[in-house]
Parts: sequence; structure tokens; C-alpha cells
Amino acid sequence: MRAPSIAMFSRSAEIKAAPDIEAAALRSDRFRLKREGEWQRLENILKELEKGRLRKLSDDDVLALPTLYRMAASSLAVARETSLDASTLAYLESLVQRAWFQVYGPRLGLMAWMRKFLGGQLSRSIQAIWLDICVALFVMVAGTVTGWLLVSRNVEWYYALVPGQFTDSRVPGASREVLLETLKVEDSAQGMSAFAAQLFANNAGVSILAFALGFAFGIPSLMLLVHNMAVLGAMLWLYSSQDLTWEFIAWLSVHGTTELFAILLAGAAGLHIGRKMAFPGQKSILASAAESGQRAAQVMVGVVTMLIFAALLEAFPRQLAGTEARAIIGTFMLIFWLAYFFGFGRRGKYPKIDEAAL
Amino acid sequence: MSGPAMPAQIRDRRAKRQRILVTPEGVALPLTIASRGARAGALMLDFLILMVSTVSLTVMMMFIGFGSLNGAVDEKLPGATEFIFVLWSLMWFIAWNGYFMFFEMGPRGATPGKRIVGVRVASRDGGRLVPEAIVARNLLRDIELFLPLVMLLSAPFGGGGAAGWAAFLWFLVFLLFPFFNKDSMRAGDLIAGTWVLEAPEQKLATTLSSEGAVGAGTSNVTGAQYRFGDEELSVYGEYELQTLERVLRDGRPQAIEAVAETICTKIGWNPGAGDERAFLESFYGQLRARLESDMRFGKRKLDKFS
Repeated sequence: MRAPSIAMFSRSAEIKAAPDIEAAALRSDRFRLKREGEWQRLENILKELEKGRLRKLSDDDVLALPTLYRMAASSLAVARETSLDASTLAYLESLVQRAWFQVYGPRLGLMAWMRKFLGGQLSRSIQAIWLDICVALFVMVAGTVTGWLLVSRNVEWYYALVPGQFTDSRVPGASREVLLETLKVEDSAQGMSAFAAQLFANNAGVSILAFALGFAFGIPSLMLLVHNMAVLGAMLWLYSSQDLTWEFIAWLSVHGTTELFAILLAGAAGLHIGRKMAFPGQKSILASAAESGQRAAQVMVGVVTMLIFAALLEAFPRQLAGTEARAIIGTFMLIFWLAYFFGFGRRGKYPKIDEAAL
Repeated sequence: MSGPAMPAQIRDRRAKRQRILVTPEGVALPLTIASRGARAGALMLDFLILMVSTVSLTVMMMFIGFGSLNGAVDEKLPGATEFIFVLWSLMWFIAWNGYFMFFEMGPRGATPGKRIVGVRVASRDGGRLVPEAIVARNLLRDIELFLPLVMLLSAPFGGGGAAGWAAFLWFLVFLLFPFFNKDSMRAGDLIAGTWVLEAPEQKLATTLSSEGAVGAGTSNVTGAQYRFGDEELSVYGEYELQTLERVLRDGRPQAIEAVAETICTKIGWNPGAGDERAFLESFYGQLRARLESDMRFGKRKLDKFS
């Protein structure tokens, strides 16, 4: 039952006088006039649906939608064989097309999609790109080692690798106290949330670029990972040279386990698309690209979510907590992500249908 | 036939963008790939909207931000100012990344710009348009649009040297990607499994045969009767009929006069003046009745040459 509302009154205006079917001389026009009312009703329902006002539709209208769609589709089929009225044909084609998008495009609401996404879909997508994750991980570790080795052979490499903004006081030859000062604990949280927001926006932009480049370049994207990790390796060497390895790793791990993990996933997601397009297997390249692209997009939504966590961790616990607390938080986050991505939402637990619905 | 006929080239170009989708009911639905021009126009409109809204929000936040400073001069910002700054950073990120995704996930599958030019995003396999696909197609915009433009701005000044030029040419491939495939997909469409289609909203026009002289063949102005014989009606086919329909629906006097004269010459009638519309309506009605009855017997005459 529909509750009385103001819309009740405005609706009656749309109902036109019944068309004078007998006045139409052509058989095809009589056919059209007989069905016009149904088409108009379908069009009105579509208008509401396209505006996202599902609630404004009565139950009758919602139930009638598939029937009206089929009637319009059959009208179109008949009209094509019996009518030469170009404007009616064009109208019916656009009407059936619009209805088709609504009838065969039942959408999940955003909340329903989020529930499905966080409840296993994300984990499954990440498990599906394990090979790319391994490649990206290998490249990142290699980058760190390279950075370390280069700097330990020749200190000049440090200035070549580490961008100017970091070289304030963290330069080779700096004393232990100076380096320790850069890892110090802040005493208040003032200004931290602004810092977090900036970090997030920046990191998310970079990881989206890394993802997109992974598709575009493949190898140069991996080189990007190598370069960035080489910076890390160089700084690791600097701190370890003053016997501050543990402090530096703890300082880094608070957000680093989350952030580096997110960057790893972003690079792997890009790599995944490039790999699937190069080796589509049994599928066509287009189908393979679309499938891997949608999977990678899910991973990227996960990456952006992780970066929100990373920014919050970087702004607050890293600046405010002591060395042991930093290490504990970092380790905990790493375990949490690993458990969530690889221990949760395993394929076996879910029926195959779920996979097909993707 | 003269009048505002669709030039053959335009017809051909449109036909190249036509695709057929067969619905589960077995009805073939023609889909039209959106033209690249329309998509570029939609993109510019969207950027204009984004630009205006983000800049005006920024100005508004700056206004509030400076107000909340309260003359504080030490290096630590007051909480309220900091909060505004956080909002501003997030606003920027969400607006530029979320705008396209939010609107394309809506029931129309189109951003406001796309809606204005009448195109929409759809899944290429005929299934539903999933959020993953929309995320995927929008994440690639950076390398498709911004990187080539940045490279274009920096390469001529020798910022990157030969490598800069090489990078620019490489990114040009992404910028020009839609010109290298028949479905005008950009790289984002390719990996998301989507395409952009025309989404015309057609109004239902009036029935021609229940008005004027289409039905009876009698002019309301002069009362003259127009009857056409088989030979006179056999000169034209479906294409000419639908062109005539367009002339009648547009109702421009010069076009009607010109078309009436052409038809008269073609069928050997003596063109009179003053009653062209009724003449055309009668001719239209009888030609359509004849062609439609032939259709029911499986005979189709596509145009005057067939």
C-alpha cells in the first residue's frame, strides 16, 4: 500500500487522455497507440530509477518493471518488422536499452559491496596475485641490499641516493647523538593530524601511480621500487654505522610494515595486469585484461585503506611512542595484515558461485 | 531527394560505431560507441566542475582557516586551523579521485559531464557494471592524461633530455590509445572491461497518421484529394520515407516546399503552390502504407536504388 503523499496528485497529470486509436489510418500506428501507455509507464519508472529514487516507486511499479521491459522489447521486435516510423523505432530502441541497463544491472549498494569486499573478497584477490607479490618483494629486498652495499663501498653514493630533503642532519659522519635526535619522541600530538592527512594524500597518489606504471611499464615500475628501497638501504647503513640499527628499524616499523606492504601490493597489482596481458592463457587478451584489472582494482582499494592506517600510525604512535612500543606496534600490524590477507577468506570455504558473481 | 538528408559520410561514420547487443529475450539492440569528441567534451566539463568546486571550497576553507588563527603567531597551529587543514588535504584527494568513481557507480553510470553530452559507461561483456571495474578504469587516468601533459610541458625545455622525449613519446601512446582501437577504448577501459556508449534519451514523437492528410489523403486547406498509383509510389524506398518523415516532423516551410517540388518532378506531377504540406502528408501516408504492407509479405525496399 502506498501512503498518501503530494506525489499522488502530481502523478495524475502525467496520465494523458486515451489515444484515439481508430483515428490512426496506418496499421503500424494503431499498433503503437495501443501500447504507448505501457511504454510511457516504463519510461516513468526508468526516470525514477536513473535518478536513484528507488523509494519513490510503488511496489507495483517495481514488480512491473521486468514485465514492462519484456513487453517493450517484444514491441521493438514487432515494430522492426511492421513499422517504418523512424522516430518510434528510435524511441523504442533507446527505451529498451535504458530498461536493459536497469533490469540486467542490479547493483549492490555501497554498504553491501563493502561487506563483501572486506569479508573475504579483498583477501582472495590478494591471494590470487601471490606470484606478482613474490616478484615485487624480491625486487624490494634486492633494492634494499643494493642500497646498503653501494653506500658501504663508497659513501658518495649516499648523496646520490638519498634525496636532499632527508639530508638535513642525517649524513654520513653524523654523530650518534644527532642521529638519535631524529628518532626522538615528541611530547605532544599537536599538528600531527595535519601531518597524517598530508602523508596519506601523498602516499596514496604515489601508490596509484606505481600501480598505473606497473601496467604501463612493468620493468621501469620495478626499477622505481628498487630505487626507493635503495634509499632505505642507504639510511639503514647510516644508522647501523652508529650502532642504531634497532632504534631505526623500530622507528620505521610503526608505519613501515603497513606502508611498505601497501607499496608492495600496489606494485604487484600493476605487475599483475601487465603479466596477464602478456600471458593471457586460455582467455582472450581483452577478457584477461578485464579480469586482472578488476582484481587489481580491488587490491588497490585495499592499498588505499592500508595507507590511511599507515598515515595515522606514522603521525601518532611513531612520534609519541618509545622504541619498544614502536617495534611492538609495527610487528602487530604486520601480523594483522598477513593474517587478514592470507589466513582469511580462503577459496575452499566459499562456494564457487561467489567467484562467478565477481 | 533534397532537404536535410543525412550525408552519406555521417551515416557511414555512425555505422562504424554501431554494435549489436542481443538481449536474453533475443532482441537485437543497437549500441553506439560514444565518439571520441563527445568523451573529450565530457572530460573537459567534468574537470571544469571539479576545478570550480575544489577551488571555491579551498577559498572557503582558507577564509575559515585564517579566521580561526585568531592572531596566534607561534609555530604551533591552533586545533581548529589544523582541523581545517586536514579537511582540506582530504577534500583534495577525495575530490580528484572520488568524483569519477562516485558518479559512475550511480544508476546512470555517468559523471555529470558524461550525462550532459549523453554518454555512459557500460560493461563490455553485457554484464553489470561492477565497482571494481569503475575503480580500475579511473586509476589509470594519471598515466593516460596527466603524465603525458606534464611530459609535454617539460620535454621541449630539455628538462629530461633525450630520456624526457622518449618518455613523452611513450606516454603519448596512452593519450592516443583511443585512436588505435575500433571501440575507442582508453587504457583504463581495456583493463576494466568497460566501454563508453551513447545513451540517448529519445522522446516519443506524435503519431503522424492520426493527423493532417496522412490518413485520408485529403487536404484541409483546399479539400483536394491526393491519390497515388503503384508506379508513383514505387520510386522511393524506406530510406527516403524516413527522410520524408523527418522533414514533416521538423516542419520547416522551405524544406517542405523543396521536397514537394522534387517529388512532383520525380513522379511527373505538376507542382502547384500553397498546399505542399498536405501533398507531402498524403504521399507519406500512402507510401508508408504500401511499404509496410510489403514488409509483412517479406518484401523490403531499402532505398530508391533497390
